[in-house]
Amino acid sequence: MLFYARRYPLGIAGALILILFVVTALLAGVVAPFDPLTTAPKSALAPPGGRFLLGTDMMGRDVLSRLIHGARISLAVALGAACIGSGLGCLLGLASGYLGGWFDLIVQRLAEMMQALPLLVMALVITASLGPSLVNTIIAIAIPLVPNVARIVRANVLALRELPYVEAAKAIGLGRMKIAVFHILPNTLAPLIVLATAQLGSTILTEASLSFLGLGVPEPYPSWGRMLSESAAEYIRVAPWLVIFPGLAISLVVFGANLFGDALRDLLDPRQAH
Amino acid sequence: MAPVLEVSGLNTIVQSREGIVRAVQDVSFSVEAGKTLAIVGESGCGKTMTALSLMRLVPSPPVKITAGSVKVAGVDLLSLTEREMRDVRGRDIAMIFQEPMTALNPVLTVGYQIAEMVSMHEKLSKKAAWDRAVDMMRHVRIPAPERRAQEYPHQMSGGMRQRAMIAMALACRPKVLIADEPTTALDVTIQAQVLDLIKDLQTEMGTAVVLITHDLGVVAETADRMIVMYAGRKVEEGTTAALFADPLHPYLRGLMGSVPRMGGTAQRLQEISGIVPPLVNLPPGCTFADRCSMVRDRCRTDVPPFTEKRSDHAAACWETA
Repeated sequence: MLFYARRYPLGIAGALILILFVVTALLAGVVAPFDPLTTAPKSALAPPGGRFLLGTDMMGRDVLSRLIHGARISLAVALGAACIGSGLGCLLGLASGYLGGWFDLIVQRLAEMMQALPLLVMALVITASLGPSLVNTIIAIAIPLVPNVARIVRANVLALRELPYVEAAKAIGLGRMKIAVFHILPNTLAPLIVLATAQLGSTILTEASLSFLGLGVPEPYPSWGRMLSESAAEYIRVAPWLVIFPGLAISLVVFGANLFGDALRDLLDPRQAH
Repeated sequence: MAPVLEVSGLNTIVQSREGIVRAVQDVSFSVEAGKTLAIVGESGCGKTMTALSLMRLVPSPPVKITAGSVKVAGVDLLSLTEREMRDVRGRDIAMIFQEPMTALNPVLTVGYQIAEMVSMHEKLSKKAAWDRAVDMMRHVRIPAPERRAQEYPHQMSGGMRQRAMIAMALACRPKVLIADEPTTALDVTIQAQVLDLIKDLQTEMGTAVVLITHDLGVVAETADRMIVMYAGRKVEEGTTAALFADPLHPYLRGLMGSVPRMGGTAQRLQEISGIVPPLVNLPPGCTFADRCSMVRDRCRTDVPPFTEKRSDHAAACWETA
């Protein structure tokens, strides 16, 4: 542990940030000072400090408690969607690039069709047809990520499969499946990890937009995205803390994820280890 | 002794946009256990394509093996299914590649890659396969093999990587080893070491070696027999001693003349003018005719037959007897 801390101080910092958020989210019921859903009109829009550490929103709900509980949903959506999206995209890209032929043709045309639509519009269409719920939101955000990942992985695989070591792997009698999974896949991990961590931020923001349109995780459960979007327009002048704190939380998680992802990429790539 | 590897009438074509390229034409040869056959020729003469055809590793399409047989210990590899062929690769017939820099996967440890080869073909536990890998690395004289096995290819020098490749290729004691220019990418000092190593292991395991090279020095040092290829065809074959003492085909004579010699007065090296003709739409007659100093009219119209001109020494040329 100490060894890694010395070699990747930024990566460890990123990991700590992520761990902090995840632990807080898991222990939300214990850590949060108030119930995030109880409204208290009398103390609406209280500024930060005093009884409400980060202030209250227009309905008098404690911002800190909502942030802590919101972490559950936001992190679940972000991590879930980024993992599912990258995982599926990686498999498709690997198969598409390595197998080639008609399979590649079909996958790539489908990916192009999906890429022609903006991420948000696609997510909108998917949630609208599936109905709003946590799982559906994750799916809706994950699916539009797939073509991007698939294309990047495929481009990588196309270059990798012509390399002598792939031929050497064939020469020792390995089958196509084993070559794809054990020899080609590990070589595409570096760009994949960078891509996946970069997606974490955009998934949180997409979730915010969906919630704002009433298609995300349903009310009254707080998510950072919703907290940001429902207060941004109306209250930014009178109660800036309603915008600043959720924004800060999102930025911190994205920052932590990027730091961690960079270090992870270096760690997993033996060529950069020395 | 019966030959372990028997290749007869091998034909490999490449379908290109310009037409069909006959990369390997009617090539036959055989190698006995423990012996080395060298395939010599300049770039583009079909050496590597021959090697890949033996392993059935030609990129298909566009390359296709159209005729012939490749028998390893009596089994014709060309008649096997792809599944069966996978079992043969590495176990019966293995290959060392030209580029030790790129023929090892950069993100896997060297030990893992050798162990993978072993566990592919033998039912061994992970631990046993790893031990065998370390053992093989010791065998190819890699110092501190236990530690080296855990290293990645980029942590090794070129010579050491080539040794690791040899360790991998020989890990399952194949009957036939194909070495495609195994020393081209190495320093001269390392070259000799690697050749000696192949030689030693070959004697120990009784492996038949097909050595593909354009370096006549390497051939003289290691090969028992040699064949000379030109434009996809075999143009001369015999024992290495005989071919060096009395080259019959003008192409081989030209090759010999272009090698500098130690001692004697310094002379300008002889060269063979021109280049290998493009293999699409080969002209009729001898493919070497345009570069040959002894060319006659007949050479331009009829393909010279491959005939035995001395005892165990054959060549395809109209002019030399």
